[in-house]
Amino acid sequence: MRFHGLRHAATLCIVAAFAASPAAAKVISVSATTPDANEKLQEALILAQPGDTVQLGAGVWKLTDGLSLDVANVTVRGAGAGEGGSILDFAGQQGAGEGLLVTSDNVFLTQFAVLNTKGDGIKSKGADRIVYHKLRVEWTAGPKETNGAYGIYPVESSDVLIDSVFVRGASDAGIYVGQSKNIVVRDSIATENVAGIEIENSYDADVHDNIATKNTGGILVFDLPSLPMQGGHNVRVFENIVNDNSTPNFAPKGNIVASVPTGTGVLVMANRNVEIFDNVFDQNGTANVMIVGYRYEHKDPKYQPLPKGIVVRGNQHGKAGYAPKFAGGDMIAAAMGGSIPPILWDGAGDAIVLDKVGVLSLNLPDVKTPQSEAKPSPADLSKGTPPAALPVIKLPEAMEAKVR
Amino acid sequence: MRRIFAAICAALLCASGGAALVAPSVDQAVVESDAMPTKLSAFGLFRGNDPKLPATGIGYTLRAPLFSDYTDKHRFISIPAGKKAKVLADGVIEFPVGTVLVKSFGWSDVDEGHPVETRLLIRRASGWTALPYIWDADGKDATLALGGRRVPVTFKSPDGETHSIRYAVPNKNQCKECHSLAGEIVPIGPKARNFILDPAASDKLRSVYFENPAALKPTMPQWDDPKAGSVADRARAYLDVNCAHCHNPAGSASNSGLFLRWTDDPTGVNYGIGKRPTAAGRGSGGMDFAIAPGDPAHSFLIYRLESTDPGIAMPEVGRSTVHKEGAALLRQWIAEMPKASH
Repeated sequence: MRFHGLRHAATLCIVAAFAASPAAAKVISVSATTPDANEKLQEALILAQPGDTVQLGAGVWKLTDGLSLDVANVTVRGAGAGEGGSILDFAGQQGAGEGLLVTSDNVFLTQFAVLNTKGDGIKSKGADRIVYHKLRVEWTAGPKETNGAYGIYPVESSDVLIDSVFVRGASDAGIYVGQSKNIVVRDSIATENVAGIEIENSYDADVHDNIATKNTGGILVFDLPSLPMQGGHNVRVFENIVNDNSTPNFAPKGNIVASVPTGTGVLVMANRNVEIFDNVFDQNGTANVMIVGYRYEHKDPKYQPLPKGIVVRGNQHGKAGYAPKFAGGDMIAAAMGGSIPPILWDGAGDAIVLDKVGVLSLNLPDVKTPQSEAKPSPADLSKGTPPAALPVIKLPEAMEAKVR
Repeated sequence: MRRIFAAICAALLCASGGAALVAPSVDQAVVESDAMPTKLSAFGLFRGNDPKLPATGIGYTLRAPLFSDYTDKHRFISIPAGKKAKVLADGVIEFPVGTVLVKSFGWSDVDEGHPVETRLLIRRASGWTALPYIWDADGKDATLALGGRRVPVTFKSPDGETHSIRYAVPNKNQCKECHSLAGEIVPIGPKARNFILDPAASDKLRSVYFENPAALKPTMPQWDDPKAGSVADRARAYLDVNCAHCHNPAGSASNSGLFLRWTDDPTGVNYGIGKRPTAAGRGSGGMDFAIAPGDPAHSFLIYRLESTDPGIAMPEVGRSTVHKEGAALLRQWIAEMPKASH
């Protein structure tokens, strides 16, 4: 169904690859121009058997209702995520909290686009070993508070691979991985979102070789209270380009990312053992790297609000700190000759910074102290012994094979 | 609704008066197979395939039903001959293999009260299966709609307002989104705390279908009867049925950390009191808390219940209108909470 002329050839055709065996994997092709395309595509996603591929025809799919997949080991493959590819257009969406919801294991999503959903773009929940590959999730009018929250949104899953995706316009996070374990986000572009990439309440993640640009904040590593899975740890953020994150924050208020200052490169909030290394930072007006505690009131005795064991090393720092958008930031910058150092720490928890750039501490070690009592001063965080380097995240070979 | 309930009762009395309690027309082979018949009639659940005339079984209602765009829901249970349902110690009702929970959805002022759709929840050896059927234009049979469908309807809600909506018949997966517990499909309404077996049914009939019918003692108050319980208890009953099927630690909204079961601590953060938005996006409505005690106007739980925008609305599926009466009850409940408790 990759060729334009074939679009009208079939409505919903089921092509058995090996008709002799009923259990053989088959390709279920669905055309964008089928009458009732929404219903037919949803039916295909329901009737797929483990091993099958649901092939999305090229063209623009006008969809009114969210899609969902609950069959394990299914591939959903389109004809490409760019123009001329398989474009799932949700501008007229009337129901469901996301464009596509996956709730089964071993699913492979590749080569299609999800546009202008009312809520989240693609969500997967409790979907282990999911692979997001060569996808585009976009709100095409650019940053708007009325855009959906998350672009690509795996949650409560083990083994998550996000590879070569493009996400733009999310009013929360473009790529958001929540309450999950063993995660790789790589070779992707996140632009003009509030948060480009966010790893939240998760364990064991590698975020590398991505471009996070023109977001409010480029890459966030957060841990929040009162959630089923918390105590986020072991996250490596490396070899990314994190630049010009200058989009004014357009998140609906109340959400935690609404508090991210415009011009943030990488932001670590709470968590333990986060390594930020070999990234290229430039043009982040508040800070290239920010390390803070969770400073909101909470009633969760199990929650650990401090960042601990954070290591910053080997990064390239371009211009930063020239337009700090946190309360009092402009005054501090003025007092320091126009800009603050590229690394900002609120003074809570502990961190080691080996980059040869300045660190500004707000000297607020107790997260209960209001930020208005900040006593900013340069800090030297280069002393002390860094914790042992975190291991490389390894995903099951079958997942890597899918994207090769 | 009363009229149709009476019709169901009449049909059941008719069935129970005969020699065989289980009408021979229910095709248990189809019920218990893995089949997804295209036509509802294949199950033989209705006499003459008239949705007002169950072929067998026993009707039931709920103290608090799940709101579905003001539809009247007509429910009955078909249990195979010789088998019985059992109320477990925790109030969960265990149904034998071969049981079908049948729910027909319609409005009294649409198509003369003929249902738009009938949903089946079938207990098979492999677990529960959900199948949605939409009634054909001639009303003689209903057709499987695995992929769901939007059906334009115009009806009046109890307050007299006219609604023209594209009513969403859920697809098979959406059935599971609500009916899911730890990834498996389970019934929502039929729990002893919420369950009212057809009051017209004799004790004898009850004991045909239930091993321990005396254990069917609902503890939740009738949600919309001010005499039945306090505002708080009725609000909690409403939340249990309308939200907690997803908002529980093993449900579709487990990651939210918002848990709204009848059995959850109604004063805790996890019940929404002073709880900040998690993955709420536009659903926060610019507010800080799901429930701000004493302040419903700044409680985004209310904001989401009163929205029909898919990026905001809760529940996420099954609703194209606002349940004004339900939202009013929850508003009152939050307004009456002492502000200091937060």
